[in-house]
Amino acid sequence: MAGRLQAKVPFGQSALAVLACLLAATGCKLNQFPQSTLDPKSDYAWAIKRLLDQQVFWVVVIFMLVLLAQLFILIRFRARPGAPEPKHIHGNTMLEIAWTIAPAIILTLVAVPTVLTIYKTQAPAPAGSLHVRAIGHQWWWEFQYPELGVTTASEMFVPVGRTVAIDIETVDVMHSFWFPAMGGKRDAIPGRVNHMFFAPDTTGTFLGQCAELCGVSHANMRMKLIVNDPEEFDAWVERQKSAPVHPDSTSLAARGKQIFSQGACIACHTITGISAGMIGPNLTHVGSRSSIAGAIYENTPENLGHWLTDPPARKPGSLMPNQALTPDQVAALVAYLTSLK
Amino acid sequence: MATTAATAHAAAPSESGLWSWITTVDHKRIGLLYGVTAFIFFIIGGIEALLIRIQLMRPDMNFVSPDVYNQLFTMHATTMIFLAVMPLSASFFNFLIPLMIGARDVAFPRLNAFSYWVFLFGAIFINLSFVLGGAPDAGWFGYSNLTSRQYSPGHGVDFWAIGLQILGIASLAAGFNFIVTIINLRAPGMKFMRMPVFVWMTLVTSFLIILAFPVITVALVFLMFDRTVGTNFFIPTAGADPLLWQHLFWLFGHPEVYILILPAMGIVSEVLPTFSRKPLFGYPVVVYSGIFIGFMGWGVWSHHMFSVGLGPLADSFFALSTMLIAIPTGVKIFNWLATMWGGRLELKTAMLFAIGFIILFTMGGLSGFMHASPPADLQQTDTYFVVAHIHYVLFGGAIMGIFAGIYYWFPKITGRMLDERLGKLHFWLQMIAMNLTFFPMHFVGLLGMPRRIYTYSANMGFTEMNFWSTVGALMLAPAILIFMWNMVSSARNGKPAGNDPWGGATLEWAIPSPPPVYNFGSVPEVKSLDPLWHPESREAALASNLVHGPIHMPPNSIWPLVSGLGVTMLLAGILFGWYVGIPGLILMVVGIYNWAFEPCD
Repeated sequence: MAGRLQAKVPFGQSALAVLACLLAATGCKLNQFPQSTLDPKSDYAWAIKRLLDQQVFWVVVIFMLVLLAQLFILIRFRARPGAPEPKHIHGNTMLEIAWTIAPAIILTLVAVPTVLTIYKTQAPAPAGSLHVRAIGHQWWWEFQYPELGVTTASEMFVPVGRTVAIDIETVDVMHSFWFPAMGGKRDAIPGRVNHMFFAPDTTGTFLGQCAELCGVSHANMRMKLIVNDPEEFDAWVERQKSAPVHPDSTSLAARGKQIFSQGACIACHTITGISAGMIGPNLTHVGSRSSIAGAIYENTPENLGHWLTDPPARKPGSLMPNQALTPDQVAALVAYLTSLK
Repeated sequence: MATTAATAHAAAPSESGLWSWITTVDHKRIGLLYGVTAFIFFIIGGIEALLIRIQLMRPDMNFVSPDVYNQLFTMHATTMIFLAVMPLSASFFNFLIPLMIGARDVAFPRLNAFSYWVFLFGAIFINLSFVLGGAPDAGWFGYSNLTSRQYSPGHGVDFWAIGLQILGIASLAAGFNFIVTIINLRAPGMKFMRMPVFVWMTLVTSFLIILAFPVITVALVFLMFDRTVGTNFFIPTAGADPLLWQHLFWLFGHPEVYILILPAMGIVSEVLPTFSRKPLFGYPVVVYSGIFIGFMGWGVWSHHMFSVGLGPLADSFFALSTMLIAIPTGVKIFNWLATMWGGRLELKTAMLFAIGFIILFTMGGLSGFMHASPPADLQQTDTYFVVAHIHYVLFGGAIMGIFAGIYYWFPKITGRMLDERLGKLHFWLQMIAMNLTFFPMHFVGLLGMPRRIYTYSANMGFTEMNFWSTVGALMLAPAILIFMWNMVSSARNGKPAGNDPWGGATLEWAIPSPPPVYNFGSVPEVKSLDPLWHPESREAALASNLVHGPIHMPPNSIWPLVSGLGVTMLLAGILFGWYVGIPGLILMVVGIYNWAFEPCD
């Protein structure tokens, strides 16, 4: 079975690649599609890709057969002047049996690896996996590492080669957790905890986003997966566990800290040692992140300033209201938040 | 008493004027009303689609706001499914079923009128939401708990939940009507296995309707209670499981897919033999396949839910049951090809659309087979790959089939031929535009573009393919405009069609075009499948044009409209208040009372 499958893989792959390139007139490199499902980077994603390649093979073959038969019929049996009245053939039992059995055989060839893959990919995660809770919020993802004591938002860090076991949850409506390079999506359902595991096989940054309609900013619920070498990952964990930066008392950042801790911010946001809000993202190390607002904006002082000035204008429906901050207050807050590396 | 056919038709009263249409119970007129109304909603749904495509033409566009975008895709799907494709099919059922089985009308002509009026009022009710505070915006599938009052505080979801219940009443009444009509009103000699495939598919579809709509109605009533009186059927914080909604919805939703596609399969099964000059290959197999598809439609609903994590056993079961459906579907396609094989193909516009149906539906079926496999589906579900799939099935399948039917039966309906040159231009433009719109969506989906997002950023690599999809969608507009022009001008100035312009095999081609009010002067006797194609049975069929004695037809009635309006207002009152609901209740009671005691001579 395995040998047969492998023989088909190149055809399926090349068929997909050729067609994708024809359409994407810009060129042929899969890295131009950072959220592609066709460029697997984990064991789970590869298991799916192998099934897909097998399916593409059969789908292309069957469609070509139907299309060629139809074209042949159109050319050969097109009405011509003087052609005789066709014979009234009502059917043929052998043909009916044949074209019932042939699809059944093809379906069996696909069904067997399908069921095997279902059971393999939905088994309990192996022991020693890195445990992460992915929690959907309208409209951003929270990531908690319970064993490591780390909480972050929109950017998930994992080490290469180690299996990651993810609990998928939501605090409000349904969402769906999806990093195509790592494998299939899994819904976050109120009142349930869903599971998924995969072992990334390549370092790099991979994009994902919510795949279940979750309200007005569904399109803005994006996320990044950063796969690092184990040492780099450990260093990241250490930084995330450290206490937040304490700004110099005369600096602009100190003024920002004062605004943060005396304003409405603390109701929703946690900064370790300062506040314990649970509604918005944990900001203890927000300055270390590469993006903000559900990974839709790069984390630059300018973007952060725009965001703080009027969040609903930057992300429609944002649950963070416009706090009517003055430009001075925004500048101070930006200085403080960017300092929280 | 016997007179010739010609004098009988000249004597037939032909009423005209607005009132005669409002009170009509003639299945042919109701069929036309369904068709014209549904086509108007097809245009509205199409405009919604164009707005969606313009918004997605470039990354980070601001053509419509995100909340309007959510309203547009919700209403595009709701409109196309419930207000366009289903009633377009109903239009064919209405016009053709009595003609094809040799009956003078449907079993319950006034109930038939009631179905139409409830459909019209329900459709208007849902669309009123656009001007009354915002249309439904939680998707046509309305997943709980996004539809709860907490997360959808506006009234859009209320319009949706109540509107679908109103439309469900229309569908249920029509479903029962056609089941009774087909079982009880067949002409003598028309055994079940002599019924045209279109009649068979109507029968299967009607059973699916009467079994599926109660399921969605239960779910909608729960949702309506949650939203209006604060029950907790779908409220997770009160301990409810939002997956209940998904199971109820898809237990309706998957049979609904077959409700949309089976009538088109029936149409194609009529068109292909006529223009191949050959009977349908494997008639019993095509019929049994259709029944099997309808039956299996009840055992696959969770393949819409592979991403919720039902566990490996459930996933495997629904994967296998879904793959099983590929077999009868494939068998149908092979039998259609075999029907053409050895024939003498006349490539009229209707035939082109039927062949287009085969090619495009095959593509939609094959991509459906791809996401029958749960692991693969987990990468494909909720992406544009599935958008491509459903449009190959519903546009490439249902809509192409419906257009094949319109081109095929237009001469029967109006007595005039459609312009073939314009028809072929329409076909080719639509075929090219359709593929340009939807083919790239397979790839943009596999490359990671989720559905239902109002925008995407430039670095995702989605830009080119979305641009071409939008170009294709914009090309569909002139294709449809050409079709409309063809309809209007041909209905006025087209060549007279005569009784049987195509040399069809079924009973409707035995009688004049357009058919007289009473359809058949005398009840035809059916002696074979394809009655007009066998000398002996052809004679018997043509003899039905002779009028023997007076013909009793049901009189016109205003009460179906009155009770339909009453039902709609009563349900709308849940949203608008007692001052709409109470008059609705009164109208409904008055309407039904007068309906019940109306003399029928």
